[in-house]
Amino acid sequence: MSIKIALVGNPNSGKTTLFNALTGSNQYVGNWPGVTVEKKEGKIKWNKEVILTDLPGVYSLSPYTPEEIVARNYLVDEHPSAIINIVDGTNLERNLYLTTQLLDFGIPMVIAINFMDVVRKRGIKINLGKLSRELGCKVVEISALKGDGIEDVAKEAIRISKGEATFRRNIFSSQVEKALEDIQDLIKKGYIEENELRWLSVKLFERDEEILSHLDLNEKTKSQIEAVIKRAEMELDDDSDGIIISERYDYVTSIVDKKMPGKEKMSVSDKIDRIVTNRWLAIPIFALIMFSVYFIAIGSVGAWITDFMNDTLFGEWIVPGITSLLEGWGIQDWLVGLIADGAIGGVGAVLGFVPQMLILFLLLSLLEDCGYMSRIAFIMDRVFRRFGLSGKSFIPMLIASGCGVPGIMASRTIEQQNDRKITIMTTGFIPCSAKMPIVGFVASQIFGGGVRGALVATGAYFIGIGAVICSGIILKKFKAFAGNPSPFVMELPEYHVPAPKNVFKSTFDRGWSFIKRAGTVILLASVLIWIGQNVSIESTSTEIVIDAETGEAVESGHAHAIFGELQEKLDNDGKPVIDEETGEVVMEAPIIDYKPAEHKGIHFIEEGCTSKSVLEMIGEGLSIVFKPLGFGDSWESSVATILGLVAKEEVVGALGSMAEGGINGASEEFFEGSWLKGISFLIFNLLCAPCFAAIGAIKNEMNSRKWTWATLGYMTGLAYAISLITYQFGRLFSRGEFGFFTVIAIILFVAFFYLLLKPAKFSLVNLFKKLFKKESKA
Amino acid sequence: MTLKDARVGDTVKVVRVEGEGPIKRRIMDLGITKGVEIYVRKVAPLGDPFELTVRGYELSVRKEDAKMVSVEKIS
Repeated sequence: MSIKIALVGNPNSGKTTLFNALTGSNQYVGNWPGVTVEKKEGKIKWNKEVILTDLPGVYSLSPYTPEEIVARNYLVDEHPSAIINIVDGTNLERNLYLTTQLLDFGIPMVIAINFMDVVRKRGIKINLGKLSRELGCKVVEISALKGDGIEDVAKEAIRISKGEATFRRNIFSSQVEKALEDIQDLIKKGYIEENELRWLSVKLFERDEEILSHLDLNEKTKSQIEAVIKRAEMELDDDSDGIIISERYDYVTSIVDKKMPGKEKMSVSDKIDRIVTNRWLAIPIFALIMFSVYFIAIGSVGAWITDFMNDTLFGEWIVPGITSLLEGWGIQDWLVGLIADGAIGGVGAVLGFVPQMLILFLLLSLLEDCGYMSRIAFIMDRVFRRFGLSGKSFIPMLIASGCGVPGIMASRTIEQQNDRKITIMTTGFIPCSAKMPIVGFVASQIFGGGVRGALVATGAYFIGIGAVICSGIILKKFKAFAGNPSPFVMELPEYHVPAPKNVFKSTFDRGWSFIKRAGTVILLASVLIWIGQNVSIESTSTEIVIDAETGEAVESGHAHAIFGELQEKLDNDGKPVIDEETGEVVMEAPIIDYKPAEHKGIHFIEEGCTSKSVLEMIGEGLSIVFKPLGFGDSWESSVATILGLVAKEEVVGALGSMAEGGINGASEEFFEGSWLKGISFLIFNLLCAPCFAAIGAIKNEMNSRKWTWATLGYMTGLAYAISLITYQFGRLFSRGEFGFFTVIAIILFVAFFYLLLKPAKFSLVNLFKKLFKKESKA
Repeated sequence: MTLKDARVGDTVKVVRVEGEGPIKRRIMDLGITKGVEIYVRKVAPLGDPFELTVRGYELSVRKEDAKMVSVEKIS
C-alpha cells in the first residue's frame, strides 16, 4: 500500500525546492485535469512507497482561483494520508493563516518551517514549542535549499500518516464557535463523516456556494443555517466570510510572538528595491535588463547556436548525411525524401530553436528565481491594465518578440486564469524573429526598401502591438472572460541569490517539454506537409515531341532525364555505337517512338512531372478564400501562407522556390508589385495562426482543445478581417473600386470599432435583445 | 479615509474592508483584516500600484482595490 502525502503551502514558500529535494528525479509533471495548473507527483527518494503530491501554491482555500480549487478538491476528494504544510519562517502570519484552514480538514499534518537560515540571520525568534502545542501538530525547522531537516519532515509525515487526525483547537470567538456547532447539528445526519464536519460547517458559515450545492440540503435546513449565520453577522458586525478571515488572523497573531524584528532596518532587498523600482530609474533599468536578455538569447549567443544547428548541423551534416546513408542502402528515392527532407528536416527546423530557447529560459528562470519578475509586473501593471491585462502579461509579450513558443510558455506565471488566457491568445500577434523575413520581403521587394521599406518594417511591429492591445480591450468584454474580477494583489518576494538547482531544473523541464512536442506533433505535421508537396492526385501525361529532322526534343517534360541519354545516342546519328577493336555494341541505337509518361492516381511528383501537387491544389482552392484580401490572385502566395504553419521562415522560402526568378522575382510574379497586395499579405501572415511549434505551446498552456481552437480561430479571424479592411479600403480610396467585399469591409470596420469602444460585459444575446427592442419601439 | 488616500510613508490601521465577493476575500486572505497596521512603502513608477508592508511582508495592491479598505492614520 502506498502512502499519499500532500505538500501544501503559500507561493514562494520553497515548496518546489522541498519537493525536488525529497523526490529527486522520480517525478511526473503534468497538468491538473481541466486547468492549466501544473500537477507534480513524485516518489520519495528513499521510500518508493510514498507518493508526494506538490499542490499548487495558494494563500487560502477559498475557491476563487484555479490553484485554490485544485488544492481544495485534492484534499477533499483524494484524502491524502498526511499533509506537509510548508511555512515561510520569514512570513509567519500569512503562512499560518493557511495552516488554520488546513487544520479544518482533519488530516494528520506536520508543519515545516522553511528558510530557517534566513530567520536566524535576521534574529527572528520562533517559539516552536508554543506553535506545536497550539496547532496540535509537530513543527520542524528546515532549510529546503540546504537540505536541512527535510528528511525529518518526511519521516514525521510518514509516521503520522498511519495515525489519527491532527487535534483541532477551537480557534474562533465564542459566537462563531457557537454558530459552527449549530450548523454541525443541523447537517449531522450520519452520512457525513465525523472529521469532515468541522470543515463543512466553516464552509457553510462562509456561504460557500460550491459546498452548499454539493451537500444537497433541504430548504428548511438551508434557511435554518442562514438564520444562524445572520445572527453571528449581527453580533460581530461584518459578513460571515470576513469574520472567519479576521478571526483566523487574530488567532495566528495571538500564537506568534508579537515582536517580529527584521523589517525595521533596511534589508538588502530594500536597498535593491530602492534603485530598481525607483520612480525615475525603474523603467530604464528594466529596459536595459530586458535588452540584455534579448540580446544574449536571440541576438548573439542564441542566434549563433541556432544558425549552427539549422544551417550546419541539420542543413549540412544530418540531412545530407542521412540522405546519402539511406541512398546507400538502396532505399527508394521518395522514402529517402520523406525521411530526410520531410521528417528530419522539418523536426530539425524546429529543434534548431532549442538552444536559443534554452538560453532564454535560463535567463528568465534566473530573473524569476531572484525575484525581479514580480518587480517587472509591479512596474508595468499600470500600462497593461489600460487594455485589460495585468503587469504580468508583459513578460510573455516581450519574449515572444524573439520566439512565440517560450513567450506563450512564460504565461504560466500569470495567476489569473482570464488574464492568462487572453495573454496566450494574443502573444502570437507579436512579430517573432521568424516573421522577420516576411517583413523584410515585403519591405524590400515590394516597397523597394529605403524609407518606405523602413516604415513598413516599423509598421509591422505596430500592427502586432496594436493587435494585442485591441484584442485585450475587446476580449475582456466577452462573457467568457468576464468571470470573477480578481484584484491585482501580488506579493513582492525578497530578493535572493538564485539556486542553480532550481534554475537548471526549470530550464531543463521547459526545454524538454518542447523537444517532446517536436518529436510528436511537429514530426507528424512536417511529414504531412512534405507529402502534400510531393504527392499528386492529378492525372497528367507528358508527351515527348521530337523534331523529326534534327532528332532533338522540342518538348520533353517527364522524359527530360531519359532524354539526356537519348540525346547522347542521337549524337551518333541514331546508329549503334560499336567498339572498333572488339566489335561489340557499346550502345544500342535509340528507339525514337517514346511513349508519353503517364501519371495517374496517387503518385509522386518526379522530375519533369507536371502534375499539380496536393499542396498546390489546396493552394488554388484557398486562393479563392484569399481573393478578397488581394494576394489570393496567385495560388503560390496561398501555399506560402499555409507553409507558414510549419515555420514562418518557410513563407518567404516557399515564395522564393516557387518563383521563376527566385525571391527577387516573387514580387512581380505573385503580387504584381502591388503595395496593397503586399501589405495585405504581410498583415495576414503577421497575425494569422502561428507555426505548429507555437500552436503546440498554446495547446499545452490552454490545456483545452476548445480554447486552442478558439485561439487559432480568433487569430486567423482577426488577421482576415484586418487584411480585408486594409485591402478593400485601399482599393476604394486609391482607385475608387467598390464591390461586395468593400461593403463587408465597412461592416467589419464598424463592428471592430463598436467592440473596441462599447462598454464592458459584452453579450451577443443582449446586443440582439437591444436591437430588437429598438426596432419594435420604432 | 480609505487606503487609496494614504501617502507614501504613512502607517495606517485598517478599520474595515468594504465590498464583498472574491475581491474582498482576496484582499483579506492576504492579511488585510480589521485592526492590522499597514505601512505604505512606495508607489510604482507610473503611479499605480502601491507597495505595502502588511504583517511583515511586501504586498502590491492596485489603488482601485485599495479603495475598498477603510483605514485610519496612525502616523
